Amino acid sequence: MTRHDLTLAFQLFFRSARLQKKRATLTIASLAWGTVTILLLLAFGEGLKRQIATNEQAMGTNLAILWPGETSIPYKGLPEGRGIRPRLDDVEFVRERMPDLDAVWGEVTSWRTALAYGRKTVNARIIGTIPIYGSRRNQFPKPGGRFLDPQDEAEKRRVVFLGTELAKDIFAQEDPVGKTILINNSPFTVIGVMIPKRQSSTYGGPDAQHGVIPASTFKALFGKDRLNVLVLRVKKPEDMDDALVRLNQVLSPRLGFDPQDPRVFGVWNTVEGQKMGAKIMLGLQIFFGVIGALTLIIGGVGVANIMYAVVKERTREIGVKMALGARRNWITGPFILEGLVYTLLGGLFGALIAIVLVVLIGLLPTEGNEALEFLGKPTLSWSIGLVTVAILGTAGLLAGYFPARRAASIDPATTLRYE
Amino acid sequence: MGSNGHVISMSAIRKVYDTGKVKVEALKGIDLAVSSGQFVAVVGPSGSGKSTLMNLIGCLDTPTDGTYRLAGEDVAGFSRDQLADIRNRRVGFVFQNFNLLPQISSFENVEMPLLFGGVSPRKRRERVEELLAKVGLADRMEHKPTELSGGQMQRVAIARALAMDPDILLADEPTGNLDTSSGSDVMSLFGELWAQGRTLIVITHDMSLAKRAGRIVEVRDGRIIRDTAAEA
Repeated sequence: MTRHDLTLAFQLFFRSARLQKKRATLTIASLAWGTVTILLLLAFGEGLKRQIATNEQAMGTNLAILWPGETSIPYKGLPEGRGIRPRLDDVEFVRERMPDLDAVWGEVTSWRTALAYGRKTVNARIIGTIPIYGSRRNQFPKPGGRFLDPQDEAEKRRVVFLGTELAKDIFAQEDPVGKTILINNSPFTVIGVMIPKRQSSTYGGPDAQHGVIPASTFKALFGKDRLNVLVLRVKKPEDMDDALVRLNQVLSPRLGFDPQDPRVFGVWNTVEGQKMGAKIMLGLQIFFGVIGALTLIIGGVGVANIMYAVVKERTREIGVKMALGARRNWITGPFILEGLVYTLLGGLFGALIAIVLVVLIGLLPTEGNEALEFLGKPTLSWSIGLVTVAILGTAGLLAGYFPARRAASIDPATTLRYE
Repeated sequence: MGSNGHVISMSAIRKVYDTGKVKVEALKGIDLAVSSGQFVAVVGPSGSGKSTLMNLIGCLDTPTDGTYRLAGEDVAGFSRDQLADIRNRRVGFVFQNFNLLPQISSFENVEMPLLFGGVSPRKRRERVEELLAKVGLADRMEHKPTELSGGQMQRVAIARALAMDPDILLADEPTGNLDTSSGSDVMSLFGELWAQGRTLIVITHDMSLAKRAGRIVEVRDGRIIRDTAAEA
């Protein structure tokens, strides 16, 4: 291609684009619409995926929750059917014997406990546990507050960390931190309120609706130290199976049960669920990928159709130009340029529209709207946008280039006869 | 100029159209030599091969057999782009159905060959204005072909054919779609062009146009059956 070729291609392209405003607009619009559709579709897919992942992980990851049960196998002369009830101090024992665990804690629960502030009284679940519970269960304090710390535990302080909804029930618009509430008629200082989170799985109830106090305080106040649940957290998901076996071995002599006994603890191994979740994610991704690809094909066919029709319609014009001395490149050049420019503009407009829409959707208040909350925020992916524009553009380019090249390859005498 | 001073020299030219089912031999061996500055009228019934001959002369099509020398050079050796350049610089075409591009103005139609010829924008404008003035359409420059009469369209087409100042002007039934008065305008325009020293080859049914020519070639059934100098 010489410079003359290029200049001519540009001149001819601009002349024809100026004449064919309607067609140019249509082509650009269909490219833009294809881009918007795919970008939005996949943006919603990505948002949904992230939202599900966040919801799944809101309770914490790599956890096993163990509910104490009773023996089903006789052990060292002890009969079956004995209840096994680990206590708060057994937790420390497990930690010492199993140093590879990321964390282990026990939870003692008081259901429907009266919480009073001023004239207001609500009933809620109170959990006694140790400080590591907060970070491992993704219960983080809003700015201005804090979670339980080791000092609270050591000094049996009367402090409470409130779930988001529970705090709202008691205090409405007031700032709870530093206020004193009565739990079972004992004064407790509120030290923190949980950052809101969406949680799709729970044991006992949503984190947003409970209050957390130090385990030592709980024992002193309620006179109860038998665990409702014992929770393990491993560092890597693949460690979980071994950790559960080891736990039985560690506790067996201390509490008196057969380590093979399957009924001593009811176990919820969240690692299993995580595997399932990963499969669902993969499924979602494939689903959106397939729909995206199909949409892309429809868009590509549409663009190709327009370009093809354009060349057909202009076969006679090609013949005239060739009769007047146009070289082959001067015929195909403008069509290629047309494909490139329209693709660029269409992709650009499409991306702009998609961005605006996503930003607008992002501005919608999701709080209190279950559907929107579940859908999550659509999230744009640049690579997908580029691929979309590239594929649509290539389709248009090829659909324009090949018929144009063919028309330019025939003797103009034949092309001129074309009606 | 090439051998014998002939601008066009054809020998044993055959053209076969292969439509897939049947082969049609449109030209069955044409020998034709045209000297520079001649005005040749090609006559003959429709289907005789006149237009095919014209397309071959103008390099719009290539012969199946035979030798065609244009200004002494054998066209068979030319690449597609070289043929395009010949159409651009050497030959001007006037078609029966004008073949103007309908969406652009007279000005832009006439400008088209200049664009392909790489003429600068300022010179293009001068040349187009000059040509349209010459064919009497200086006031129709911004009109689109659809806004012109048949005679005006054909004059635009002639201006376009002359744009690159070619040696040879080819016209296929230039008056075929025109009424008598527009036709005679076009005819006198051809007379002037001949007088200026151009080589003209015109296909026509119109005997009054043929009579203006210095030479009449009659084609029938793919062969030249008569080649006479017209009585002056």
